[in-house]
Amino acid sequence: MSLPFILFFAFGLLAVAGAVMLILAREPIHSALALILVMICLAVLYLLLGAEFIAAVQIIVYAGAIMVLFVFVIMLLNMGVEERTNFSKFAYVGVVAAFVLLLEIGHWMYHSAVGGATANGAEPATAFSTVDLSTLLFRSYLFPFEATSILILIAILGALVLARKEE
Amino acid sequence: MIVPVSYYLVLSAILFGLGVVAFVFKRNVITVFMSIELMLNAVNLAFVAFARAHNQLDGLVFVFFVIVVAAAESAVGLAIVIVLARNRESLNVERVNLLKF
Repeated sequence: MSLPFILFFAFGLLAVAGAVMLILAREPIHSALALILVMICLAVLYLLLGAEFIAAVQIIVYAGAIMVLFVFVIMLLNMGVEERTNFSKFAYVGVVAAFVLLLEIGHWMYHSAVGGATANGAEPATAFSTVDLSTLLFRSYLFPFEATSILILIAILGALVLARKEE
Repeated sequence: MIVPVSYYLVLSAILFGLGVVAFVFKRNVITVFMSIELMLNAVNLAFVAFARAHNQLDGLVFVFFVIVVAAAESAVGLAIVIVLARNRESLNVERVNLLKF
């Protein structure tokens, strides 16, 4: 076992544990903290894949901004413990279907051509260059980039209009 | 020796499956939103893994866009949650059934 394998399994298992905690927690704030754990683990995995810029954005935007927004709203509303309802009879079908879907996706991905392509370990693990990424973002993807700025503007306006107190 | 890309894809599939389970099971609107974020994160991991497999940067650009859209979505979604809590005094999704058939 080399260091990348140990790091992958440690943080991968931690991410899965965080996702399970998100499901099992009854207080929304515990779910939020579990999700933050998942996001930080994923940032480590991005570093392991050589995507340094994405790892930084993951920490700053996802774990930093979006989850703080979630925690703010949870604490603002303070609705307490989640109520549990009776299991509907379709819930069992849902659980079985979700796990079949999970196994199917996992099986397909593991045996896909892409998965096998680098399984030999021949590829060098060099990091993606942030300079190349920004060149790509501001040349080829300039129009989508500008479109997302308009999307963000509309989202700000929408949030303001929705959350405003009625006069 | 590096970790094969297929391992990352399997981890991504597991996280996505857990996100689906959380989406179906949770009763709190905010937690349902968080399970959507979990699914988006799982997809992001698959994007980065595929980018690594093909050694192309386009996958990372898509991850960037997914993060931006997730930020916009959670801002609007949480505003809706605040309005919902103000009007219904509950965050249970079962009580929000105006459009339910």
